[in-house]
Amino acid sequence: MTERRCGVSRMLGLAGSGEVNCMFQVRIHGRGGQGVVTAAELLSLAAFHEGRHAQAFPSFGSERTGAPVVSFCRIDEREIRTREPVSEPDALIVQDATLLHQVDVFGGLRADGYVLINSPRSFDELGLAEWTQGFRHERLLTVPAAEISREHIGQMRPNAALLGGMAALTGVVSLDAVLHAIGDRFSSKKLADGNAAAARDCHEHVLAHMQGEVSAHA
Amino acid sequence: MLEQLEGSRAVARTVALCRPEVIPAYPISPQTHIVEALSAMVKDGSLTPCEFVNVESEYAAMSVAIGASATGARTYTATASQGLLYMAEALYNASGLGLPVVMTVANRAIGAPINIWNDHSDSMSQRDCGWIQLYVESNQEAVDTHLLAFRLAEQLSLPVMVCMDGFILTHAYEQVHLPSQEQVDSYLPAYEPRQLLDPDEPVTIGAMVGPEAFTEVKYLAHVKQMQALDLIGQLAGELAGVLGRAQDGLLREYRCEDAETVVVALGSVLGTIEDAIDELRETGMKVGAVGIKAFRPFPVAEVRAALGHAARVVVVEKALALGVGGIVSQDVRIALGGANPVAGAPAHVYTVIAGLGGRPITAASLRTLLRDADSDNLEPLTFLDLNHELVERELARTRATRRTGPHAENMLRDIGVVAAGPV
Repeated sequence: MTERRCGVSRMLGLAGSGEVNCMFQVRIHGRGGQGVVTAAELLSLAAFHEGRHAQAFPSFGSERTGAPVVSFCRIDEREIRTREPVSEPDALIVQDATLLHQVDVFGGLRADGYVLINSPRSFDELGLAEWTQGFRHERLLTVPAAEISREHIGQMRPNAALLGGMAALTGVVSLDAVLHAIGDRFSSKKLADGNAAAARDCHEHVLAHMQGEVSAHA
Repeated sequence: MLEQLEGSRAVARTVALCRPEVIPAYPISPQTHIVEALSAMVKDGSLTPCEFVNVESEYAAMSVAIGASATGARTYTATASQGLLYMAEALYNASGLGLPVVMTVANRAIGAPINIWNDHSDSMSQRDCGWIQLYVESNQEAVDTHLLAFRLAEQLSLPVMVCMDGFILTHAYEQVHLPSQEQVDSYLPAYEPRQLLDPDEPVTIGAMVGPEAFTEVKYLAHVKQMQALDLIGQLAGELAGVLGRAQDGLLREYRCEDAETVVVALGSVLGTIEDAIDELRETGMKVGAVGIKAFRPFPVAEVRAALGHAARVVVVEKALALGVGGIVSQDVRIALGGANPVAGAPAHVYTVIAGLGGRPITAASLRTLLRDADSDNLEPLTFLDLNHELVERELARTRATRRTGPHAENMLRDIGVVAAGPV
């Protein structure tokens, strides 16, 4: 069995007892116009800034505002060769909660996977209590990212904010890397700064929730 | 310089470094980002001297390219799918006249049915038009191969198309080493035309040639393509020296040394194939892959050498010769000796049609396929992941009634597709 050094997987505790798979795969769900594609690109940029390989691409549907859109991001220590869509994500980001009971957003999620849903409501309130049974409870979070983004950029555009939350939840990229990527990607300083602030806020929010979870179980 | 960016943008920046002088272009998904990026560079002055010509169609694009190239300008354009078909007549003109136009084809399926996603039916439909065809596996390879394309085209006086999988590569964000202007200039000198429309030294280009010499003109074109077989290797070697990274040349072998089963494929699917091979190798299967980079001219000798020791070959193709089967497989069979196979040639050449219209080719499907192939439990022609039930249902409809209505609509209704594309 080939042994590979794998900082990311070990840190996240994803490496099983057997084969070490370094790759971290993310799937992002949303609707056309919500920046789902940009989110994947930003995540890949963040990983790149940390010296890792990252591949981001959308599922190419009929481009139309409001239609369900999916994008993917793979992160690995070594070159990523595969080109198929992410069918077994390590992490899911759901930018639009109205997709939850319409599209199979959770399909293929790994048992110890992470889920971050943009919503002011909890998993229970979203009608997902039953579904969470098979997964690691502390890795499933909702965060009011749209409200956070509206506060900082004046629009309900939670894509960048959610990445701040992702960084806190999974540690697959650091908040700094996410902020660096945001600074690179948005040419308007106002938008870059606003999105960065939203990402920071979301990051804090998720961290606080996770700490709350920890103390609740202590 | 190592950057994380979209494939189309990487190609646009590389093409700009090649100092094109005329870019006649018409947009079409999924190449639009390439020509848009180039037009922005021309507009803001970062790409100069260069004339970007907005034309009314792809046919116009290639026609303008022919005119520009004939006056000695380094000329570039890009297209895909229906756009490539629309310029078909002009493609034959460009190659017939020996004009070194370079074009990116962002591989996309040909309609009907209308489909914007990736497969190789577009470039395969033009495999005999006289253009050199190079297929790339990654965005890094796309960048490097465009440099080679300009150099090759101008050295041979033949047009070259660089085929990269639409969306899969063009719209993928990944890291790429972009060459510097110095590196490009050291590899690609100024264009020295073999023929030139110049009022000071008038010539005509585009003679009508009757039976007395047509065959000879065509034969010369064939000879030139065959010259590319040696030249591609040489130029790839030189490029490797300039860029400091290996270049594949005509084809690439992956874990073929002791392989009993060898997969042959073109383009980005090779990445997924390599992953599947690594996984299968862990289970003890002796499997490898050959990635064909130059499809026209077809590297017969190199393919024969790469496949010679295998017991069986599996050709995974993203296009289909309706009524016959595989396209690449036919050329592979020629390389293996055709009806009179060379000694020791693989006993079986399996054709697998996959990825049509953008259907994802998964490592899981490939592993199952290769396990079947390895035990020779495979039909000569297979359609990977075909939904037999769906086809049967429609065939049953055709048997039951004359006025079935359009097949495509019926099948979409059957599978309940309403909105966006495949996930």
